Amino acid sequence: MFGLDAIELARIQFAFTVSFHIIFPAFSIGLASYLAVLNGLHLWTGRDVYLTLFNYWKKIFAVAFGMGVVSGIVMSYQFGTNWSVFSDKAGPVIGPLMGYEVLSAFFLEAGFLGVMLFGRDKVGARAHFLATLMVAIGTLGSAFWILSVNSWMQTPQGHAINEVGQFVPVDWWAIVFNPSFPYRLVHMVLAAYLTTALVVGAVGGWHLLRDRANSGARTMFSMAMGMLMVVAPLQILAGDLHGLNTLEHQPAKIAAMEGHFEPHPNGGAPLILFGIPDAANETVNYKIEIPYLSSLILTHDLTSPLPGLLDFPVEERPPVGIVFWSFRIMVALGFAMLGLGLWALVLRLRGTMYDRRWLHRAAIAMGPAGFVAVLAGWITTEVGRQPWTVYGLLSTNDSVAPVEAAAVGASLVAFIVIYFTLFGAGTFYILRLMGKRPDSGAPMSDLGPTRAAGVTPAPAVDDKFIPAE
Amino acid sequence: MVFDLAFIWAGLIAFAVLAYVILDGFDLGVGILFPLMRSEAEKDLAMNTVAPVWDGNETWLVLGGGGLFAVFPLAYAVIMPALYVPIIVMLLALVFRGVAFEFRWRTKRGKFLWDLSFFGGSLVATLAQGVALGALVQGIAVEGRAYAGGNWDWLTPFSLLTGVALVAGYALLGATWLVMKTDGPVRSVAHRLSLWLGGVTLALVGLVSLITPFLNPLYLDRWFTFPNALFSAFVPALILIAAFMFHKGLHEGRDAWPFLSALALFVLSFVGLGISFYPYMVPPSLTIWEVAAPDESLWFLLAGALVLVPMILAYTGYAYWVFRGKVDPAGGYH
Repeated sequence: MFGLDAIELARIQFAFTVSFHIIFPAFSIGLASYLAVLNGLHLWTGRDVYLTLFNYWKKIFAVAFGMGVVSGIVMSYQFGTNWSVFSDKAGPVIGPLMGYEVLSAFFLEAGFLGVMLFGRDKVGARAHFLATLMVAIGTLGSAFWILSVNSWMQTPQGHAINEVGQFVPVDWWAIVFNPSFPYRLVHMVLAAYLTTALVVGAVGGWHLLRDRANSGARTMFSMAMGMLMVVAPLQILAGDLHGLNTLEHQPAKIAAMEGHFEPHPNGGAPLILFGIPDAANETVNYKIEIPYLSSLILTHDLTSPLPGLLDFPVEERPPVGIVFWSFRIMVALGFAMLGLGLWALVLRLRGTMYDRRWLHRAAIAMGPAGFVAVLAGWITTEVGRQPWTVYGLLSTNDSVAPVEAAAVGASLVAFIVIYFTLFGAGTFYILRLMGKRPDSGAPMSDLGPTRAAGVTPAPAVDDKFIPAE
Repeated sequence: MVFDLAFIWAGLIAFAVLAYVILDGFDLGVGILFPLMRSEAEKDLAMNTVAPVWDGNETWLVLGGGGLFAVFPLAYAVIMPALYVPIIVMLLALVFRGVAFEFRWRTKRGKFLWDLSFFGGSLVATLAQGVALGALVQGIAVEGRAYAGGNWDWLTPFSLLTGVALVAGYALLGATWLVMKTDGPVRSVAHRLSLWLGGVTLALVGLVSLITPFLNPLYLDRWFTFPNALFSAFVPALILIAAFMFHKGLHEGRDAWPFLSALALFVLSFVGLGISFYPYMVPPSLTIWEVAAPDESLWFLLAGALVLVPMILAYTGYAYWVFRGKVDPAGGYH
């Protein structure tokens, strides 16, 4: 079908369904934590603005979470339908980890979701906070297990291979805490928090542009910018450490990310800022580079050897162009996030964070940046580990199911049409919910002059403004 | 009967699948009956009976698939490609109905579309599950460690029959659930449907049960030779008792009885299926032990399951307890 064979179609299908899926968890992991914080702050301080924001984001969470669930169920069956040989071989090792994900995380979040969405007046504020906390813990637990699975596929250890060619567990501790897992987990959870902070910041910015006195908008904008300022530098640090780990275990991926064809046995590798990799001629055209910087970043000195793609046989090199570019997109967005956080911090210290319209506009522009960076990062790491499903041990070509190209192609078309239609509609509904004003208490104009920036006056107590459940 | 790790896991996976069938069964059933709700208010009420719990219900499906992958990877690797079309259709249908829970509250003009999506998704997902079950019962061609048939092997009159039977069965669960959870017009519609669906389901289950033993000599042997026959005879007898309780509950206005009886019917049919299947995981060629992962894998997950499954049952029970009783038409957070 389309001149592609079953394996190419299966790869496109997996890339498509997993890319669509990751968008929702990337948002809902962060948002679940944010909801738990808002719920807890309301319980602790009794301020209505937190409950208002909780109810505001709860609706958005429900829509996003629903899409995450249904696109996630697809993933749990795609391994078998399209990658059955991989499932047979790797199942004894990664299957139980995914089993733990379901048992310890999916049930927790889904089980308490109903109480969190519908049950506040049935169970009371305290139990409702606990239910929200359980949902947040569930989303983090699922990140823990699924990243352990992914990391084991990237840096496998703790296994043996049995007589029928299956990977079998020998040391579970080594499998779960494989070498790349801690870095990948931290990097992804921080990415989810950044993604959510950027979305919350964009929505806050949008409403500040309309009414800079809206206390809900002020609170969410302030929280989001603060989060950005804390998490963006941590993420850059985590990304750097993850890169060093990748250099140790998957040097071909690093070479592709850096665009290095030639190895640098004596160090001194330049950092290629931009260029157009040409895999056929094994070179990078039109490159702009900074001397020595790549070696300095990756080896923290100028003389350690750094491998290039030429060190690897052609059939074991990842597709360099995709990896090279997706990596640059991710890094550039990461620094842009840091820039936004710094800008907001400076204005916060000057007391003008709620008044500078260009900051609000920038926050809106950066709203989707987290999603793009998450996708770019996953593309970097997943395309970068090709041609392997289990790195160095099981190739992608040897993993595919014996399903006919026609079936894979037809289902691929169905996934594309249905995902774009349904999740497109969901995105539209989410944007429409975000466009609604986060009402909280009386407008500030009714309360007299605005006080110092950063301090939001408590709204007047008035029953009609207490949000209904 | 060998009582070892693989056997325990076969039991646990069977439990997960059964939990899925009876939990998601009634909420898919509510979807199947959705067009029969006349007013917007009736539709809203019907949906609100399942809205707080559908997520948790569907997680059992993930456990069924993920659990199979974890402990019987070879079965997972053979069954999924063999049932490629019904599985993919089911997954896509579940997308349609899953998103409808939130989407239909987010629009006025487009609401009818999401009503349709909820109904169509529920119906098609159920049909696909029933067809997949029938295809598994009639057997899967295996060569070496892989599926050896074509794209359409699953499509037979028998698998279509099991598909239709499951639609009737889930609709019955949905109708009796609505009898239990609602008052007023929704309850009376559901009450009328229950009796009718009960009869149809029982007839279809009977038909499937009659055909099944003749699909495979093994099944025949299982059901009609002594001493198995003695044990097997319990199942049809208990089904008759369930049917009696169902009828009595409907007539005497004991609103939980029909639902519980319908659940019993499902549990019993499932046990019957288990009797036919054992010791096979992929009939007619792969047994539980041939497809099981090594003991290290089975131990590792079992240790967690023994702690976590009771906890899951406890907080799932709690969630159902929070939303117990008839649903208030004015409730819901939307």
